[in-house]
Parts: sequence; structure tokens; C-alpha cells
Amino acid sequence: MIPEIGQFALILATLLMIVQGTLPLVGASKGISAWMALSRRTAQGAFFFMALAMGCLIYSFIVNDFSVLNVATNSNTKLPLAYRIAASWGSHEGSIMIWVFMLGLWSCAVSIFSKHLPEEMVARVLGVMGLVGTGLLLFLLLTSNPFDRIFPVPIEGRDLNPLLQDPGMVLHPPMLYMGYVGFSVAFAFAVAALLGGRLDATWARWSRPWTTLAWCFLTLGILIGSWWAYYELGWGGWWFWDPVENASLMPWLVGTALMHSLAVTEKRGTFKVWTVLLAICTFSLSLLGTFIVRSGVLTSVHAFATDPRRGMFILALLALVIGGSLVLFAFRAPRVGASGKFKLVSRESALLANNLLLTVACGTVLLGTLYPLFLDALKLGKISVGPPYFEAVFVPLMVPTIFLMGVGAVARWKEATLPDLWTRLRWALVVTVIVSVAIPFILGRTAPTSVALLALGFGMALWVATSAVVGFLDRIKHVGGSFSEKLARQPRSFWGMFVAHLGIAVFIVGVTVVKGFEAERDVKMTPGDTVSVGGYSFRFVGIEDHPGPNYQASRGTFELSKDDKVMRNLYPEKRKYFSFGMPMTEAAIDSGVFGDRYVSLGEPLNDGKQSWSVRVYHKPFVTWIWGGCILMTLGGLLALSDRRYRVNARREAGAVSWTSVKLEKA
Amino acid sequence: MSAGQEMTQETTVASSGGLKPRHKRFLWIIFGLVFIAAIVALILNAFGSNITYFYSPTDVTQDKVPHGRAFRIGGMVEGGSLVRDADGLTVHFKVTDTAQVVPVVYTGILPDLFAENKGVVAQGKLDEHGVFQATQVLAKHDENYVAPEVAAAMSAAQKEHVMETLKQ
Amino acid sequence: MNKRWLLLIPLVVFFVLLGFFLVGLDRDPRELPSTLIGKPAPAFTLPDLNAPEKMVSAQDFHGQVWLLNVWASWCVSCRAEHAVLVEFAKTNEVTIVGLNYKDKPTDAKTWLRQYGNPYAASPMDSDGRVGIDYGVYGAPETFLIDKNGVIQYKQIGPISEEALSETLIPKIRELKQR
Repeated sequence: MIPEIGQFALILATLLMIVQGTLPLVGASKGISAWMALSRRTAQGAFFFMALAMGCLIYSFIVNDFSVLNVATNSNTKLPLAYRIAASWGSHEGSIMIWVFMLGLWSCAVSIFSKHLPEEMVARVLGVMGLVGTGLLLFLLLTSNPFDRIFPVPIEGRDLNPLLQDPGMVLHPPMLYMGYVGFSVAFAFAVAALLGGRLDATWARWSRPWTTLAWCFLTLGILIGSWWAYYELGWGGWWFWDPVENASLMPWLVGTALMHSLAVTEKRGTFKVWTVLLAICTFSLSLLGTFIVRSGVLTSVHAFATDPRRGMFILALLALVIGGSLVLFAFRAPRVGASGKFKLVSRESALLANNLLLTVACGTVLLGTLYPLFLDALKLGKISVGPPYFEAVFVPLMVPTIFLMGVGAVARWKEATLPDLWTRLRWALVVTVIVSVAIPFILGRTAPTSVALLALGFGMALWVATSAVVGFLDRIKHVGGSFSEKLARQPRSFWGMFVAHLGIAVFIVGVTVVKGFEAERDVKMTPGDTVSVGGYSFRFVGIEDHPGPNYQASRGTFELSKDDKVMRNLYPEKRKYFSFGMPMTEAAIDSGVFGDRYVSLGEPLNDGKQSWSVRVYHKPFVTWIWGGCILMTLGGLLALSDRRYRVNARREAGAVSWTSVKLEKA
Repeated sequence: MSAGQEMTQETTVASSGGLKPRHKRFLWIIFGLVFIAAIVALILNAFGSNITYFYSPTDVTQDKVPHGRAFRIGGMVEGGSLVRDADGLTVHFKVTDTAQVVPVVYTGILPDLFAENKGVVAQGKLDEHGVFQATQVLAKHDENYVAPEVAAAMSAAQKEHVMETLKQ
Repeated sequence: MNKRWLLLIPLVVFFVLLGFFLVGLDRDPRELPSTLIGKPAPAFTLPDLNAPEKMVSAQDFHGQVWLLNVWASWCVSCRAEHAVLVEFAKTNEVTIVGLNYKDKPTDAKTWLRQYGNPYAASPMDSDGRVGIDYGVYGAPETFLIDKNGVIQYKQIGPISEEALSETLIPKIRELKQR
């Protein structure tokens, strides 16, 4: 019964989405206000039914209704509750389901928080989102129905893929999809602006908070995914340049560019065409990410679903959404209007250059990710492009980006002079150069390449941090009052930028130190053996069986010590899930601010002495990688909480309608 | 809005210093070309040294593979071919595409999904004895594709469940 | 100066990408180069599941087009495929031989009783040796073998109704014509 309600709700949501995607758009172009007014109601209605359908799916998983194929293939009576809920979005059907559910959520949010926007704009934005939503709902209903029944009803389900039975995987997909789908708002605003022929500062101001919020979710989603890969895959790596990881990195790179470009468009009225293109690209890349993962066009550790029919459908959807918006862009963008002027040396050009660099970086990632596909399609052989390619291309592009990031944060709008920049940045530069050259030697490195890499990494981190501090001091110089008053008077948006940029610095420190100082050993260990890595000793105490709810584990006990002082015990596991039969490695990690001690079990060596192959790591500062991402997210959230969004929102209502009248006449 | 509307020219960067517009444009074009050339050089260089080709064991035995350069081979781990050295970390196994067989040596910990009679991809170089010295071993995995080992691991209780289901 | 053509660049780039995706979708990334297609089907002689005293060999089917379906009772995906095969067997279009792969005879017999038996014969490959000869990575897999005993096609994973009607049946009919 419940699955039928869910199915029915899904169909109703589709119908409402069709209305949302058509009538308001027609209404906006013909000036029929009753049709335009439909957009809000239909968006909220569609969301209601989608939430209902999502609820029905989750309920089916909670009660393990194995008559639903999706439940039967992804759940099991022994699966713990939290993972049964997570299994709702663990499968292909479920992940598309949560995708459209989130689209509903975002468009419902737009319909609620857009009271001050002109009716016509709201109608267009929600209309565009409705069209995208219709496409995906049809995909869901026609090719991947999450409520499909199975007969005869199995008594036991197949269980969730053990790789996904993990707290990180409970959170990763929803966060990532919130980010992906969130960019649909920026996309819808851009397309709405193109349709309406109105691209001005107010357009940028409206779509800015949505973009920032989506970016925060995406950052968090990528962070959780990276963290999950780090401890769950048992290889101790935090980024593999895997096609699916790249699929989430690309919208992030372009989304970051978009966020900054929107800021310029709002403040200075420039880069309009560029901003619109970025908005379209960011969402296109999010869709592409979904396509890459779900069509199985590229293999990877993540590609769980392969079905060419689904691939064709998503491809057609991509062609319509991306192709359509790019056609619109090509024909409408020239009408956008003149840009404000700025000089070669100015904050605008630093931001523009960085935008370009981020986009190029995204392009190289895209190329590396798809190159095997290109060659195979042209029958030139099967190849794989490994992490060295991405590192060799990505790092050189990030060096100027980071440099300009420091300059851009300090340079004046419109026109800055080199002597002035020099006066303001010289201390930052001097500190950066001296400290970053000194650090490798202090840390006892003398090999030229190692010194160069460390100096480069620390140099970038220090440059970002010191220039952020310079920018900060500059700002408070012009504000009156005591120091604490000065701090309090800075707008939250400034704090947001400051914190996010510091996050980048923290991230770079993490990456640099892990790269430079991580130590790894694969060893054969018999109970009683000790292995040292990075100044820490791991003593293998023994191994015992340890039953889990739906698996049987061999659990090792390792005594971690430093300088003969025992710190704690670590319990890595090798699990065998009953239903899948494949072994799973659960690493044990002693995590701290200055790094992780990591041990994972390889396999039993069956020599009668309980020997195992064991992998131990010391990962100094690895936590900083994720700490940096958290700071970036926090920065985004701080910027979002800026009061001007609330104040301006109200104040703008009057001014905007005037502008739109003026533009209508133009 | 009509198509005959007035078009406004996009001006991104105004003139800097005392340069004439034409000179300035020329400078920008030069700058742009240098930038593009740098990116292309970067990518080509990275591709040139970091692409690994994929071959089958048949290709290896027919000597179609590069010498002295890393590549990947793919196939199935031949049943019963997995042998472990006394050090516990060096493993020997054979990769087959059913027509030909290539011996592989690897030192390190094998991935969770590695098993005999299952798909595998190994990256490394072929040595002078025709042994593939792997530096990396990847096991293939697909949800919709069940391998025999699944059965062995299924608990007896669950198997009964399935059987009961079938009887319904 | 008219720079409008610049605005078409993203569109062009996108359509080039789209073209590659279109080609890429046709290709199966799981596919490992199979060297068996176009080669004679490896010979086997195995006891039959339902009559263990009788031996089944590949040679028995020489002169006709036949399907060798690799299945097992432990294989979840085989269940979905099985119903399709049972229906297909009723049409007598082609001889279907079921290679019972790494299975226990009792389980396998129960399975056939419950689900129906589409197989003309079910050779028991208990230790999987024949599976190795055929390059079987898992179950289900299906080989289409022509009148001369040459493998013409290999289906990896379960046979769906679409795969049957759109790929297998046309191929079977074509081979019968030869």
C-alpha cells in the first residue's frame, strides 16, 4: 500500500512539475499574471508530493518491504536501521529519487524566499527548475522506478553494498546532491535573466546567496566523500582523481569561479556574460557528474549502476538542458549590455584571471577524465589516465591562482596601482618567502625536490594567509572605535571571505605536509611483532573473531606507542558481510590535530602463526585537509548570514520593480 | 523585445597607460596565445608521461606491448595460480584472458576484491623473463554481476530463506 | 566588431562532448577484450545434472545453433534471467544448454523444479574448470555458438527480454540461415 502511495505521489509531483515548467514560462513571456502566479503554488505542491514519495520510500526501507524490488536488492533484515534509511538513497533509483526530491526542496525554498522578487522573474526561475525537474522525474518513472514491485516476494533482501554501510556514506550523497542540485537555482536565475533579457546587478544579488549555499553543500559533500574514501577503502589516500571524484570537483571549481564572478557582477556590474556562462556551466557539470556516475560510461570504484538505456535517457536530458541553455546563451547574451570599465591592475582583473584559471583547471580535469573515453570511442586503444597527469597539470595552474587570490583580496576595485599593491603586500611577500624557504630546512629536508615542493606548498599557504591578514588590517584601519568595535563593524560577508581563504591556506598546509612527510609500510606481522613508522610503534597483539550485526569480522588489536609510552589500542577489522561475501577493510585510525596513525589489515597468511599482512601509515597533518574544507564551508555560511541580504531584500522590492519597468520598455 | 534592438559592445578592459587601442589589442592577443600555448604544453607533457595503456594477456604474448614502459593488463586471476612468498607480501599469480596467460608478481597488500577466478587489472612493467612486475593491482567489481564466491559466503540461514522464497 | 561567434564556442564544445558520450554509451567499460569470439567453443564432457550417468559434450550439439547459458542456484541475477529463458525455451527457437557453474547438484535441482527447466541439457561444471576454458568471470553469462561450433556472441550478465528480442533472436536467426 505504502509503495503505491509513493508511486502515486511521484506521478502527481511529475504532473505538477510539468505545469510548473510550462504555464509560468508562457505566462511570463505573454504577461499573463495568473499563469505566472501558478509557479509558487505548483513548486510547493510538487515538493509536498515529492517529500511524500521520499517518505514512502524511506518507510519501505525501514520496515524492509521486500516486495519492492529496490528494497529487496538494497536492504536486509540484518541491516541496522541507520543504514536501512541510508539505503533509500544508496541505490541508483534512490539516488535519482533524492536528486529530484532536492530539486523540489530548492524550488520550494525559492518560492518561499522570493517574496520581494518581481513576479515575472519568479515565474521564469521556477519554470526553468520545473522543466529540469520534469526531465528527471520522467527519467525516474520511466527507467528507474524506485517503487517497482517484485513477485514472488523474497523473504530476505540482498543487502546494501558493504562499501556503503558506513556513517560517511549516510551523509555523503545527500550533501553532494544538495550541492549539485543547488546550482540549479543559479542556473535557473541565469536562464530566466536570458529569457527576460535583463541581466543586471540585482539579478546577481538574487542568485548569490543560493549559489553560495549550494557551494557550501558541495564543499561539505566532497569533504565527506574524501574522508570516507580515506578510511573506508583502506588505502589511506584522500583523493584518487577517480572519474566520480572528478565529477564532483568540476562543478566545485566552476562554482567557485561563479561565486566570485557573481560578487563582481553585483558590486561592479561587470562580467555579466561571463557570469551567466559560468552559471550555466556549473549546473551543466553537475548534470554531467550525475551522467558520468549513473550511465556507467566510465568505470570506477563508484560506478554501481550500468544500464545503457538509462544512459541514453540522461544523455538526451543533457542535450536538452545544456544544449538548450547554451543556444539561448549564444543568441541572447549579446543583449546583456555594456560592462563597467576597469583597469588592467584592479581587483576585477585579478578575479577575472582567477576565474579563467579555475575554468581552465576544470577543463583539464574534464579532459583527463574523458580522455580514455575519447580514445576508446575513436578506437585508438584502451588507456587510463592516472593521478600523475592530474597532479602535473593541476598544481601548476593552482600556483598562479593562489598568488592572484592574495592580490585580489587586497587590490582596489576598478583601478589599483602596482606601487600601491607593493606597499601593501610587501610584508606579506617577505614573510612568505623567508618562512617558506626556512621551513623545509627546519624540518630537516635537504633533497632539492623535496625542499622545493615543501617551500612551494608552504609558500602558497603562507601567501594566502598573510595577504588575507593584510586585507583584514586594511579594512579595519578605516573604521573608527576600539579594536573590538572595529572587528564587530566588519560585515559578515567579509568574515566569510576571510575564513574561507584561511581555509584554503589550512588545506594547502595539510596537503603539503601529507605529501612530504607521510610514511607507509606494508609488512607481515605475527602476534608480538612491532613495526615503527614516523616515530610511532605499532605492536600487533593478536587477532580475534568479532561478530557484527550483518557481518563477521576478524579484529586485530594493535598497541600504539611513541617513545616507549603506550598511547592507545587500535582495532582494525577485516569484515566479511554475510550477504555479499566480499571482504571489507575497516581501518583503525588514531586521529589528532597534527596527524593520523592509521593501521589496516591486509589478509591472513595462513602460516599457522596467525600472521597477517598489515599496512601502517603515519599521516601528519592529514586532518588539516578536511579542517580546511570545513573552514571554507563555514566561510560560505558566514557570508550567507550577512545582514544585507535581509535588509536589501526588503529595500530592493521597490527599486527592482522600477528597473524592470524601465527594461521592459527598452 | 525585438531583434532589431541596439547592440552594446562589451568592453572588458579599458586602455591602460599610454598604449594605443590597437597596440593594446595586439598585446592582449599575444598574451592570450602565450597562455593557451602554456596550457597546451602543460597538458601534452602531462599526457605524454602519464598515460597507461591497457592490454590483454594475448597482446602480451604476441609482443604488442611497450617495453620499458608501464602499462596495464586486464583479465581474470587464474584459479589456483595464487602463490605467496615466505615474506607474506610478495604474491605470484597468473592473469588470463582464457586464450593466453601472463605471470604476475606483486609485492604489497592486495585489494579486498582480489580473488582467484575474478577480474583483475594490474599496472606495471614486463621484465625480461616475461613476468609482469606489478606496481599496482586493482580488482574489478560490479554489483549486478555475481561471482561464485558470493555463494560460499552466504550464511546457511540465508540460503534457506532464499529456498523458502523459491518454494512460495 | 562582432564577437558574437565567440558565444557559440561553449555550444560547439558541448556538442562535441555529446558526440563522444553517444559513442561511449555503446561501449561496455566492463568488457575485457574477449578472444573467444570467432574461435571454436572449448570442448567439454560433463555429467548431466538430471541424469549424472549420462555425459554431455559440446560435440553433441554440432550442426545446430545453440546457446550455452552459465547459471547457478546461488546467482541472484540468474533468477531474473531464468523466467526469460523459460519463456524463450517454449518457442523452440534454439537449443539451450545450461552450464551449471560451481553449484551443488541438490540446490541446482531444487532451483529447476521451482523455476522451470529451459535446458536441453545441464552439464555440471562443479569445479568450474569448463568455466575457466570459456573465460567465465561470473554468472550469468551466455554464449551463442553456431553450426560449426564457433562462438559468435557472448552476453555478459543476465539476458533481459530486450536483449533477447533485439540482439539474441536476430543473431540466432541469422546464424540458422547460414
